Amino acid sequence: MNAATLAGLSGAALIGLGLYGVLTHPHPLRKLLSFNVLGSGVFLMFGIIARKGAAAGLAADPVPQALVITGIVIAFSATALAVALLLRLFAVDRSATLRPDATIERNDRSDA
Amino acid sequence: MTSLLVWSLAVPIGGALLAFVVGGRRVHWFALATLPIGLAIAIAIAAALSRSSGPLLYLIGGWSPPLGVALRADWLSAIMMVITAVVICGIAAFACGDFISPRPAEARRPFAFWILLLALWSALNLVFLSGDLFTLYVALELLVFSAVPLVCLDGRAETLRAALRYLLFALLGSVLYLVGTGLLYGACGTLDIDLLAACLRPEPVTLVAASLMTAGLLAKTALFPLYLWLPAAHAGAPPAASAVLSALVVKGSFFVAVRLWFFVMPALPGEAATQVMSALAAAAIVFASLLALRQDRLKLLVAYSTLAQIGYIFLMFALAFDEGSGRMVQGSALVGGMMQAISHATAKAGMFMAAGMIYASLGHDRISELGGIARAAPLAALTFLLAGLALIGPPSSGVYLAKTLLLRAADNTGQWWWAGVLQVGGVLTSAYLILVVAHALAPMRRAPTPGHAAIPRLQQAAALALVLCSLVLGLVPWQPWLPLPVAMSGHGPLGLAALWSMLWPILIGVPVAYLLGRRGNRRPWRVALWLEDADRLLRQWPTAGASLVAVAVALAAAMFFGR
Repeated sequence: MNAATLAGLSGAALIGLGLYGVLTHPHPLRKLLSFNVLGSGVFLMFGIIARKGAAAGLAADPVPQALVITGIVIAFSATALAVALLLRLFAVDRSATLRPDATIERNDRSDA
Repeated sequence: MTSLLVWSLAVPIGGALLAFVVGGRRVHWFALATLPIGLAIAIAIAAALSRSSGPLLYLIGGWSPPLGVALRADWLSAIMMVITAVVICGIAAFACGDFISPRPAEARRPFAFWILLLALWSALNLVFLSGDLFTLYVALELLVFSAVPLVCLDGRAETLRAALRYLLFALLGSVLYLVGTGLLYGACGTLDIDLLAACLRPEPVTLVAASLMTAGLLAKTALFPLYLWLPAAHAGAPPAASAVLSALVVKGSFFVAVRLWFFVMPALPGEAATQVMSALAAAAIVFASLLALRQDRLKLLVAYSTLAQIGYIFLMFALAFDEGSGRMVQGSALVGGMMQAISHATAKAGMFMAAGMIYASLGHDRISELGGIARAAPLAALTFLLAGLALIGPPSSGVYLAKTLLLRAADNTGQWWWAGVLQVGGVLTSAYLILVVAHALAPMRRAPTPGHAAIPRLQQAAALALVLCSLVLGLVPWQPWLPLPVAMSGHGPLGLAALWSMLWPILIGVPVAYLLGRRGNRRPWRVALWLEDADRLLRQWPTAGASLVAVAVALAAAMFFGR
């Protein structure tokens, strides 16, 4: 197994772990962290795709690297936006659950 | 002339940036000044396209693909851009009633709304114009980033929750799209749409990429069963924001799906995959329309109606497949789908605005207590009714033209079952409209909550104008832009057959609404309860995630084995 294959397999493993985390963790912060793990896996995969450029005599194909940089910026902004929303939700509601009926239930409890 | 393509992106985003820096309390002035310019640019592009022989092309920096990035405007982009501009102008006129900063200080909500509206417009234009898959990815992300804050403009906990659910699920969708983009680049070394179309072969890599990208786009468009975020997000936002989200934002990812299937890889999916897409669409139409009948709040009913309409616009995938050549054809089925999309954009924007005005004048939007609305807010009630009619499709409307095209395509390809789904959908649409009308005609139970100001005239006019726009879309001479059969355009005077085609779904809709609709304390049918349970289940994260994986696997399996 050479380095490229190993990196590719790691990327695939990260994508799988991240996807599993996003779908199964109920807490939004954990979902967000899993999304970032998933994103790292995808960026690693782009790095492997850039290796195909090595055949043309370059060190690596620069286009996937440019794509990865854009992708990282987007993932970063998305994370920032989600964290901002999450902080706001916690400030308003003192809880961070995503269940749609959470507010109603708590109101019911405080009414009772 | 082709530099107009760049201006259509630069003007809204420039307006947004300028408004952000110097707007302050007068942020809406900048937005309102940008709107007519943007609309004029969109119309100028459509006019230039009708004179030119092929798509308009703009190479950024003069670099041609595969090195550079191209902007392309073809007939799809042109009609979507014009309709988007029209809808945004209507929504802005409506928002003048809700989102003006009070003196003396600037307020957070109006400031955010106008800037997000302009940013969203620019993102949509980029979706319609971009000529390569990665720019499309960036455009989709910009669209989500400007749409998510619109969901939680009023900052209540449940809207923040809806916004977070939307953001996280949309991010999941776009990551799947990004993986597919990477795989396609690995296969062909380019992401330009035309170059990819010439290079792609049905190999394992490209088929996996295609199914991942499609599944991601379906999650972002909220096609059944991937809709966990949509009802809460669309029903919780302020009316002007709901109108943007429902009319335009879901069309963005739908448009990318169309680009992908019809332009990038027309020969890749094969027949079975198109049937999978249309089966999901048919399930969306039936399931979401029935659920619309079970809602107790008007805005939720409209949100579920959006889900059903998303099904309508995806139904054309199976009808556009040509068995002989094994490719997706850009013919009358595609035109029918796009016509459905733009008719829904105008009608649903008006419908959400009408629902918002009804909420404003009654102080609530519980369907069972709508009685007396026809007296309290006659024009809002009329707008809602006309918007509902526009979705059913009277003979002058865009929906009628769309349905005629789709039914004809179903007839030509011998797929009668999709025609059946279209008709059932019409009946169910009539049913939930009748349910609302029946409650609205009931006598008023109690006086409306005092302290609610009269609805501004401008709001009423904006909503009504958009709905009327949808009602006359079928009369527009589309020939210069759309590959439309000549006999279809301006289809003659109102014949009896055309009127009957609208009347019979309404007649059947009455008993359906009576049997399945939510009415007071009556014990519902067990079927209705099962539906509500299924809906709750599908809006849970684990189920939605499993459905996303299942959709991707089903599409991949169909592409591998169904060719």
